[in-house]
Amino acid sequence: MSSVAPATGGITTNTAKVPGGGGPKVANGRFTINLRQSGIYIAFAVIVLGFAIATDGKLLGFQNISNIIIQNSYILVLAIGMILIIIAGHIDLSVGSVVAATGGLAAVLMVNLDIPWPLAILITLVAGGVIGAWQGYWVAYFGIPAFIVTLAGMLLFRAVAMQVLGNQGVGPFPDQIRTLANGFTPGTLGNVALGPLGGADIITLLVGILACAGMVVMQLRTRQARIGYKQSVEPFAMFVVRNVLAIVVIMTIVVQLARFKNLPWVLVLLAVLVIGYTLVANRTVFGRHVYAIGGNLQAASLSGVKVKRVTFWLFVNMGVLAAVAGIILSGRLNVALPGAGQQFELDAIAAAFIGGAAVQGGVGRIVGAITGGLIMAVINNGMSLLGASPDQVMLAKGAVLLLAVALDVWAKRRAGASR
Amino acid sequence: MADALLQMRGITKTFPGVKALSDVNLTVKRGEIHAICGENGAGKSTLMKVLSGVYPHGTYTGEIVFDGQECHFSDIRDSEKRGIVIIHQELALSPYLSIAENIFLGNEVVHRGLIDWNKTNAQAAELMRRVGLVENPTTPAMEIGVGKQQLVEIAKALSKEVRLLILDEPTAALNDEDSAHLLNLLRGLREQGITSVIISHKLNEIEAIADSLTIIRDGRTIETLDMKADNVTEDRIISGMVGRDLEHRYPPHESTVGAEVLRIENWTVHSPTQQGRKIIDNANLTLRRGEIVGLAGLMGAGRTELAMSVFGRAYGVDISGRIFKNGKEIRLRNVGDAIRHGLAYATEDRKRYGLNLIEDIQRNVSGASLEKLASGGWVNENKEFEVAERYRKDLNVKAPSVASVTGTLSGGNQQKVVLAKWIYSDPDVLILDEPTRGIDVGAKYEIYTIINALADQGKAILVISSELPELLGICDRIYALSAGRVTGEVPRAEATPERLMQFMTKVKE
Ligand SMILES: Nc1ncnc2c1ncn2[C@@H]1O[C@H](COP(=O)(O)OP(=O)(O)OP(=O)(O)O)[C@@H](O)[C@H]1O
Ligand SMILES: [Mg+2]
Repeated sequence: MSSVAPATGGITTNTAKVPGGGGPKVANGRFTINLRQSGIYIAFAVIVLGFAIATDGKLLGFQNISNIIIQNSYILVLAIGMILIIIAGHIDLSVGSVVAATGGLAAVLMVNLDIPWPLAILITLVAGGVIGAWQGYWVAYFGIPAFIVTLAGMLLFRAVAMQVLGNQGVGPFPDQIRTLANGFTPGTLGNVALGPLGGADIITLLVGILACAGMVVMQLRTRQARIGYKQSVEPFAMFVVRNVLAIVVIMTIVVQLARFKNLPWVLVLLAVLVIGYTLVANRTVFGRHVYAIGGNLQAASLSGVKVKRVTFWLFVNMGVLAAVAGIILSGRLNVALPGAGQQFELDAIAAAFIGGAAVQGGVGRIVGAITGGLIMAVINNGMSLLGASPDQVMLAKGAVLLLAVALDVWAKRRAGASR
Repeated sequence: MADALLQMRGITKTFPGVKALSDVNLTVKRGEIHAICGENGAGKSTLMKVLSGVYPHGTYTGEIVFDGQECHFSDIRDSEKRGIVIIHQELALSPYLSIAENIFLGNEVVHRGLIDWNKTNAQAAELMRRVGLVENPTTPAMEIGVGKQQLVEIAKALSKEVRLLILDEPTAALNDEDSAHLLNLLRGLREQGITSVIISHKLNEIEAIADSLTIIRDGRTIETLDMKADNVTEDRIISGMVGRDLEHRYPPHESTVGAEVLRIENWTVHSPTQQGRKIIDNANLTLRRGEIVGLAGLMGAGRTELAMSVFGRAYGVDISGRIFKNGKEIRLRNVGDAIRHGLAYATEDRKRYGLNLIEDIQRNVSGASLEKLASGGWVNENKEFEVAERYRKDLNVKAPSVASVTGTLSGGNQQKVVLAKWIYSDPDVLILDEPTRGIDVGAKYEIYTIINALADQGKAILVISSELPELLGICDRIYALSAGRVTGEVPRAEATPERLMQFMTKVKE
């Protein structure tokens, strides 16, 4: 642990050549890249607007927004774990079954064995981690492709779910669990009148305002730091526009929720998970290693990345998140069912790919996966509001998945051969 | 004879943020071997990709006239139909398919909708004979060496009725013997009326084989020379490429050699694929502070395998022997151990083992030393940027910024990023495997300067290279490896190519 950097001053070579060329003509390149990355968010905005118009604003009604969040929370939780696994170049087909197994375990602990709910949650999360460790072992240390291991897991843990539940539904859950899955933050500070919008919960509004302020402060600080290090930053006007847009979106949702029944607890949980995992993915050594493994496995291991260990922990993480989803799901239904969570893995995987993950690994973002999940959620919800049948919804979701990935592939090819 | 087979006029090609080619002109005469020279990132590969339709018509400006007709290729198949075949810098054979299958891949010999295997193999054998490849057509491609794989690529080109053969650095990964064979083959093809364009950084080869030469610098054509009429020498090419005269090929350097840093004793490594086969046989090496040591050997002698097995057992099974660092025995069970003990190994195959090609320069440079940039597991991205930016400038990496994705850099610049990654890890022992493969003369000089500076900082350096002049030019001491055994150790003063060659070809008595 000597000085941080070797004395590179000594190795500066003669840089008399390469006139121009190396100059920072970056603006143009940056912009195209940004546009491509923002494509998914623009698509999301268009879809939301389209359905809002088609449903005469019902889509953005306060109760409906709340419903969309609560009904899809578990998929979004799964998508967070899934995108990390996909970035590392693997896949997990077992999450639906793991959701059922862990949900079942939670039910048996709380309902049949009367174990206090905090302890039961803890045990369930650990169980999820153990399930993940089992799969992680086979993938990372034994070298079996994740596709096979988790396909087996899909059957195995479905069987476990049936066993644990004795092939029947177990419920009802304690109130706390139901509140977590279905309920809202208490309105301790009362309501405030928002003119024509009617009354709105003060705590909810405060949280929203704090979140926005926090976001702006964080971004400003990052920006200042970048400027301090003489890195390129987006023009200030762009920065302002982007932040104003984000604040408008967040506050619209928050105000609508405040008018309804305050903040859903699952939204709070989701927000914490998204922020936490985004930081882990982008700013930690672990997160960097995940991207490095997905980008070039051999190069990563020759750079000293502990590939096996990282892979193992990714699956453990997925197991824990599946347990979280299992608890939320069964809490919301107020019963744990052996057949719960069917096809959740497909929704989570679809969310990740719609959100910009690459099939070869190495690429993807947490926020992207969440947006991908929300796109499907909005399509689902919007189409049901319009009275579409389930087959039509499925058709639309399939088309969107294919289209999203096709666009991504096309954009990459254009970038390679662009003018 | 003197009429033009190919004319490219005013070719301009831009990538986001980079103008790779601006107004480039190229005229290739019928039946000649035309060389293209230029520094790393000058735009040679890009020009050939434009020509062969990898970058389709409409993504560049300018015109291509082939055999008197203007061409608008929309993909490689299009250009192949006209007889333009490109063999890329990175070979693209399918490892599990046989030689014959590879030759006819995408062009299968079909009879009533089914592949006619007899005919496929017979025709493949005939093509292999033409390129002088002695192998069974049914051998899988992965079982033959790089030199022979290169010949398969050429056989594949011949199967497509090639009229203009483009070779992008065909000899970069070949040893002298294989290179000589390849060049002879090109001469033979010229006799049969096949025109070739060859890109190479090995100027002696160009001098030996080319009829004319076009020099590209910073995306512009500098000049086209007739090798004979203009009496072109290597020095002439270099001054055209870098825009000034290069006095020495190797920077003068006096090493101050200190104490022993690394000692490898009785190192034996077995093959992971062929049971019981010794790849390295009882090797002994020592590296000292501030000393630049060379490791010479022919293709297959086990140089890379030796280096990788020492580097945390990244290669091989059933490894025995001892490693001493500063006199104390150390155990390197994995790459992490090796890095912690101050070893660094820059691989010869930067695309496969060296870089994360979908990430930017910044994240590649920090890739082996994230711990240094992190506290409590959190990476300081601003510091990371600063480091990457400093190396980009110091090593003169030609890229618009450290946010450039390494996959879009030219070969030589990718190599510099690999070097930056390992220099930043601040090792005591730096193993460089073919550090100048595919690198232009100017950049080579820079890399030698970097190596010298690192030695002056007290690092022990081991350079693996297939180019003897390079080892003779920069090393203080050279080990020769033959069939996995260290067969000789020669100090700089006594080193001659002949002497080294003797050791390198010495077989076990
Ligand atoms: N797909 C791409 N996207 C962006 N920039 C690119 C892309 N391909 C090439 N470039 C840039 O174009 C320039 C020319 O690259 P090219 O590969 O043609 O160089 P080269 O002359 O073949 O170099 P070398 O000798 O190192 O192979 C480089 O600056 C490179 O970074
Ligand atoms: Mg090239």
